[in-house]
Amino acid sequence: MINLLTPEFFFTVIRVTTPILFAAMAAIICSKSGVINIALESIMLTAALTGVLASGFSQNIFIGMVGGILGGMFIAGALAYFSLYLKADIILVGIALNLMAVGGTVFVMFVFTGDRGSTNSIRSLQFPDVNIPLLQDIPVVGTALSGHNILTYLAILSVIGVWFFLSKTTYGLRLRSVGENPDAATSVGIDVRKVKLVALLISGFLGAFGGMYMSMAYLSVFSTNMVAGRGFISLAAASMGQANPFGTLLAASFFGLMESVSYQLQAIGIPAQIVGMVPYVSVIIGLVLYAQYQQSLQKKKTLSKQLKEDPNEA
Amino acid sequence: MPDIITMKQMYKVYPNGIVANDYVDFSVKEGEIHALVGENGAGKTTLMKILFGIEQATTGELYHNGQLVSFQNPQEAIKAGIGMVHQHFMQVGSMTVAENVVLGSEPKKYRFLLDRKKAIDDTAEIAEKYKFKIDPAMRLDECSVGTRQKIEILKALFHGAKVIILDEPTAVLTPQETEELFRELKGLKERGHTIIFISHKLNEVKEISDRVTVMRSAKQTGTYDTESISKEEISNLMVGREGLWELTKGKATPNESIITVNNLSVMDEQRRYLLDHISFSMRKGEILGVVGVEGNGQRELVDVLTGLNKASGGSIMFKGEDISKQSIHHIREMGLSHIPEDRMTMGVATEASITDNLLSIYFDKESFNNGVLLDQSSIDAWAKDRVKEYAIKTKSPNAQVRSLSGGNIQKVVVAREFSNNPDVVIADQPTRGIDVGAAQFIHNKLIELRDQGASILLVSADLSEVLDVSDSLFVMYEGKIVAYFDDVTNVSAMELGRFMLGIEAQDEEQIKRGIYA
Amino acid sequence: MLKLIKQRWLDQPLDNRFESIRFSMAIVISLIVTLVLVLLVSNEPLFALQQLFLGPLASIRKFGNVIESMIPLTFLGLSVAIMFSARQFNLGSSGALFLGGTVTAVVVLTLPLPGFVLSVVAILLGAFTGGLVTLIPAFIKLRFGASELVSSLMMNFIALNLGFFIILNYYRDPQAGSLASFEFPSSSLLVQLIPGTRIHTGLLLLFIMIVLIYLFIQKTKWGYALRMTGFNKSFATYSGISTGAVILYSQFLGGILAGMAGSVEMLGMYDRFRWQAMPTYAFDGVIVAVLAKNKPQYIPLAAFVLSYIRIGADTMSVNSDVSFQVIAIIQGLIIIMIAANAFLAKYRQRLVVQEAITND
Repeated sequence: MINLLTPEFFFTVIRVTTPILFAAMAAIICSKSGVINIALESIMLTAALTGVLASGFSQNIFIGMVGGILGGMFIAGALAYFSLYLKADIILVGIALNLMAVGGTVFVMFVFTGDRGSTNSIRSLQFPDVNIPLLQDIPVVGTALSGHNILTYLAILSVIGVWFFLSKTTYGLRLRSVGENPDAATSVGIDVRKVKLVALLISGFLGAFGGMYMSMAYLSVFSTNMVAGRGFISLAAASMGQANPFGTLLAASFFGLMESVSYQLQAIGIPAQIVGMVPYVSVIIGLVLYAQYQQSLQKKKTLSKQLKEDPNEA
Repeated sequence: MPDIITMKQMYKVYPNGIVANDYVDFSVKEGEIHALVGENGAGKTTLMKILFGIEQATTGELYHNGQLVSFQNPQEAIKAGIGMVHQHFMQVGSMTVAENVVLGSEPKKYRFLLDRKKAIDDTAEIAEKYKFKIDPAMRLDECSVGTRQKIEILKALFHGAKVIILDEPTAVLTPQETEELFRELKGLKERGHTIIFISHKLNEVKEISDRVTVMRSAKQTGTYDTESISKEEISNLMVGREGLWELTKGKATPNESIITVNNLSVMDEQRRYLLDHISFSMRKGEILGVVGVEGNGQRELVDVLTGLNKASGGSIMFKGEDISKQSIHHIREMGLSHIPEDRMTMGVATEASITDNLLSIYFDKESFNNGVLLDQSSIDAWAKDRVKEYAIKTKSPNAQVRSLSGGNIQKVVVAREFSNNPDVVIADQPTRGIDVGAAQFIHNKLIELRDQGASILLVSADLSEVLDVSDSLFVMYEGKIVAYFDDVTNVSAMELGRFMLGIEAQDEEQIKRGIYA
Repeated sequence: MLKLIKQRWLDQPLDNRFESIRFSMAIVISLIVTLVLVLLVSNEPLFALQQLFLGPLASIRKFGNVIESMIPLTFLGLSVAIMFSARQFNLGSSGALFLGGTVTAVVVLTLPLPGFVLSVVAILLGAFTGGLVTLIPAFIKLRFGASELVSSLMMNFIALNLGFFIILNYYRDPQAGSLASFEFPSSSLLVQLIPGTRIHTGLLLLFIMIVLIYLFIQKTKWGYALRMTGFNKSFATYSGISTGAVILYSQFLGGILAGMAGSVEMLGMYDRFRWQAMPTYAFDGVIVAVLAKNKPQYIPLAAFVLSYIRIGADTMSVNSDVSFQVIAIIQGLIIIMIAANAFLAKYRQRLVVQEAITND
């Protein structure tokens, strides 16, 4: 029987929302600074592998974390270098990096472990689960909210962190000015390229945690293409949340909810492939509903304004 | 007074191969107001962008207080005490006035946090000091154009500018706002600031500047004490050929009206009227000018007339049909042509060839395709003729449009829009930012079309263009028509300015004269 | 002779000359990186490199493999090129390919039609299905204004699951060892074209499509509207071109070509539905299109190059200790280097200055 109102179900929702949430926060930072980061998928995938490799070979979770962060930031840095400094179309570079990451992670995995499917042969470490004192003793609520992986709590903190960074710090102010009017930023001596570089690197940092959650918390191995579109889903979440951290948290939770529902469906015998479609269909439906809502707001906006804000040119 | 800025033999070539500064010398004395004049495209702005570190010179030397310097970015120029007020305001709409002013050197608390209160206090203080009236806590996109320009100057002062460059500051202002700006500039001069004033309006140059440097097609053609040189002499130095800026035009002989606009309205998303129940007629054989401060409904009017936007109410009768809710394609088929305000984003596809750009409103015509395939040989022959007729300077019609200069790009637009003998032309800022030769070519073409019986709507921010070229005109203010003149010959710019600012308005009856049968 | 070549070279516009140099440099740098990578990871680097670059020439069969895998790559390249030409960033080609192939399998297993007719119907329906996969994001964009980028990526995952669902639940052959459908009627399979290889009649269909798409984009009025929309959508709208129609038909056609790739692959290379995952070349249409600068006439060449290094890498990974995925890195690098507009910008600026000064 399908049961959606149990604390265990909410526990699952929070669990599967975590990686999307990290990446969606990364997407917000990029979007506020005016860059489209479709390489989030490859950032997550790369970090998932480098985290496992670093922790597996060092047997030290901290070194593993640093390895994951460096992996994610390396991809973000490459995206920044080619798009900002060599002026390549950022979407094309994103596509290229995503392609490279799918094959490249397998290549690197093979070099280091001799495996091609997953890193079963090395013992990776996992981030610990945390039981929150007091909270864990509350019935129902405690079951749903306590006992998650430490990265889950970090993800929630990152929502507040991103909000605080964007709206309270001077660097956040500069970052937003770069996204909204780069010429204005330039005219007061802000180095637009550098700000965008920093934004991309932050997104590499946050995205890396999303990837490490997949391979070092949710599971304890890296397997080929394990991110499975979560980077793209995060982009959808950030755009539905209008790049507002709390709105994005809601959107990401919605996608997490749909993924959890799909697990429940599988449990009652609905074919795996139909269940597998649920998260992706829900993203499309979410995008449509959001776009329709936006359209109703803008219906009266003059066309010449719309032409200038063509989503393609962004 | 010593020179605060000296530029020697500045040479700048852009990546597209256009030489913007051709070994230019330029120097400014401390504490003066120095006008830099020249036609659009003469290289004034590029020279100033080099001074402000936005562009780097290909070769040449820049001295600041006698020291050889080279600003790699605006940050370095700002540090050296140079500020620039750009033609297009460099502001962030969603932020407050104070946030805009302090952006780049924000007051901080706890090292990383923005001190909003201090930002507001600092802004208020500097505004007080220079007697600028502004509200620092206001959201920027709610400010008027005049206020936004003040904010721009305050921004430069806040960043410690001793030298302030103003790039055509009066282009967006009414005559009255211009007077206020000039008072403020003189105040700045008294406090020891140096001002470089870019303009091509000679009256203003005479009024405000101590010295003037003239540029013509990327070269410097002389620096003079403003007292010692007449407007005519400056103009000759700017254009190089005497009397070129005079336009010869016969009297209009308007016929019956071809477009009748009745109670036309456009609303924004908050259901405010951007175009507020306006009515007028466009007559055959007449150029009707439209003036107003930017953002008073001109763009909305052009958009609904051309089909880019749909009206919220009212009608546009064109040849007996209401086109207020028709498609662009249909309106064009009926014989309406459109020179858009922003040629680079709308008027052309810069990556495409000249031929392809000329073809965009004709490719569907029977003479150019057999229903499926395009007839390339007849297209090529036709395009070649257009390039010749409109004197578009290019090696080949197959060259990309982006390889052309601004004036030639606009000629491509005009060649396309005029080649089907349109009955109606909507010309929105048809000569903005292009060289004087191309501008005059376009003005003559407009008059030629008028004499052939076309009806032309000329929307322009340049009052002198409207006064020179159009036959009759109306003034727009807050989405309404506030004045109509059936003959422009006895209208002065100052008079128009009062209507543009909303200080005065004609009564209903006078405005209704603009409606013809 | 050399002088003549030099003169013709100098007669080219500066931009063309510069582009050729940049293009060659991009390839050279990617090759150097490959070299370094192989040297780093291999114990027998020379042998590995020899396998990579000369492997495809080792036998008729090997070279046949290059042509075989070039067929879907070319279809996919055309698919992406037509969408990118209209500046529609629809990345749903892989989903279109997968579902197109699935529907073709379903058709040949279901419809009682004679051989040749059956293949034609199966390919047409497969292509049409592919068109639907990419049309959905296009429709959503037009109707609701949501960008096609994310929704088309989602369509890939949906198409993959849907395809497997259909085959697994209705057409799976329980006798077959791994996941596979029942055997296709042998009369529906595409005929072998060159003995000793698996090159099939799909190649002929491919040539027809290259010519048709070239004509469509470059010579028809719809192609003109498509190109102008791609260059500058505001300009197209302002000119009265129906950009909404362009958004729909460019993406529909793109999906049709990708669906065709899947269908032809299914009937040309397999005797049952045997895909276990998204075919590995599914995303490579982007690489081919970028390499060919979206020009249909260059797409077969770009697909050939890609296919060649693909088979080379395959040979290398079978015979030596370097894994196949090294080509993912090479491919990505090639796209990035070609897309990098400012790569060699200083050199270009020097050319411009030179020309400006000599023209004075």
